[in-house]
Amino acid sequence: MKIVVAIKQVPARDSLLKVNAEASWIEDSDLSFEINEPDAYALEAGLQLKEKEGGEVIVLCAGPDRATQTIREALAKGADRALHLEVDEAAAGDPLVLSRLLAKALEAEQPDLVLTGLQSDDLGYGQTGVILAELLGLPHATLIMNIETEGAGIRVRRELEDGWFQNVDMPLPALLTIQSGATRLRYATLMGIKKAKTKEIKLLTADELGGLAAPSITVSRLYVPPKTKQSRIFDDSPKEAAAKLVEKLRFEARVI
Amino acid sequence: MSGILAVLEQREGQLHKMSLEALAAAQKLGSELREPVYAALLGAGAETAAQAVSQFQLAAVHILSHDLLAAYTPDGYVLALRQLIAAHSPTYVLLPHTYQVRDFAPRLATSLDRVLVSDVVGHRVENGKVVLVRQLFQGKIASDVHFNGEGPYFASVQAGAFRADSLAAGTAKIEAVSVVLEAAQIRTKPQERFRESARAIDLTAAPIIVSVGRGIREEDNIHIVQELADALGGELAASRPICDNGWLPMERQVGSSGQTVAPKMYLAVGISGAIQHLVGMKGSKVIVAINKDPEAPIFEVADYGIVGDLFQVVPALIEELKKQN
Repeated sequence: MKIVVAIKQVPARDSLLKVNAEASWIEDSDLSFEINEPDAYALEAGLQLKEKEGGEVIVLCAGPDRATQTIREALAKGADRALHLEVDEAAAGDPLVLSRLLAKALEAEQPDLVLTGLQSDDLGYGQTGVILAELLGLPHATLIMNIETEGAGIRVRRELEDGWFQNVDMPLPALLTIQSGATRLRYATLMGIKKAKTKEIKLLTADELGGLAAPSITVSRLYVPPKTKQSRIFDDSPKEAAAKLVEKLRFEARVI
Repeated sequence: MSGILAVLEQREGQLHKMSLEALAAAQKLGSELREPVYAALLGAGAETAAQAVSQFQLAAVHILSHDLLAAYTPDGYVLALRQLIAAHSPTYVLLPHTYQVRDFAPRLATSLDRVLVSDVVGHRVENGKVVLVRQLFQGKIASDVHFNGEGPYFASVQAGAFRADSLAAGTAKIEAVSVVLEAAQIRTKPQERFRESARAIDLTAAPIIVSVGRGIREEDNIHIVQELADALGGELAASRPICDNGWLPMERQVGSSGQTVAPKMYLAVGISGAIQHLVGMKGSKVIVAINKDPEAPIFEVADYGIVGDLFQVVPALIEELKKQN
């Protein structure tokens, strides 16, 4: 099975974020970056399928030069090769603009299965996978917890709301977005890290893939959400803060 | 091109709890832009759900009926809604930001060469132009977004962003819309829905919930939050990552993919407050947050908070509670 896993590099989870002076993006020069967590689960699902069914796992990643590190980590975990679409953050404001480029790159590969995380931890549109399915004319399913091959197609387990699940049968080729937590993530082995150094990372540019289309939405301003609720925040020493909080909960809120 | 179309979600005649919030958003936008508001319902039970929706002030409620729409599939919903949109040319299409909408709405918008602005938490109208507000970075940053070019403009609204109790009452006519679909156009075959196992813990009944998030760092540290829950006589709960890691069972998860709770007190320990978590607990009477990051979104909804290292704050709290008991 030929599997492409679309991954993204995002600021590390505990980053303290500041909006830049132009209010157009965050100050990202001092941040550290990591693979978008749901994409790590998509990669894991792809690697497990390859182990079971044979074939190839190709990583597809759009991002600036620094994304190379995240791509190398995916290769170290066991992906066979990678496609790196070099674009800067500005291209990502409209998920359709970037998806058109990714779709072009995918068309050239003709995979049996395209996997990606259900959403990114930075922009959080939760759409890239579904948009790609439409652009590529593939059937899709989202929030997938499990994938089994079934004859010429697959049976996937979708997570629904309120603890419900549903199995869905679908033909291949197909696109799935993967829910996080479905399985344990593997670590790269030393051997894997060594091997990754020689694996191919093919660089692609927006121009090669048809160029950036005019965006149909514009993100005009970023800001820290305004505070709407009056809260009492204590930042004294832990002991004093604890005493004050218990006092408030007992005599003001009267909940304990 | 005119009007606001609210595509609502229902199952077996029962409206999804977020459907009326999306309808409230449509009514609000409709009155601000002076545009008529329509609702649409699909799937088995749509007729029953339409009766409930027709009691609000709307130009019409459309029912899209077809045997192939009885069970939800993204292919069926996209094809049917495209026909409705082609027939009525709405300027705006609003949807509740449910799991099902996330599954088909981006595909619907893409098929019409448009972008869905997903997960909208607010809006304003500036010089006749609609500016939508959505969150980035798990709620740490907000952004203003507007549409370019021609409609239809698609947006999905997050839970709690609009109030269903603000809906204006009325009497709307119900119109059946015929849809042309063929079985071969629907490529996925959904099976029956199921639950993994009966829930042993009903968090919704707990008056006090102490919930733990990523800040706890390791499974071996969970016990200190359990001790705090015990000292308060509360139930232990968690945000999704904790359950994903298997540190606590899934049935203790609070949030959009877990349980929705509204206890007398909800104490969040080491939880940053991503929107997926907040929608599951923001109805709590009193919210208390302990987090090392003063900018964490959880403090936005908190009544009381302590900024500090949970590994120092939690033991201090337990000691304080024991002292006074």
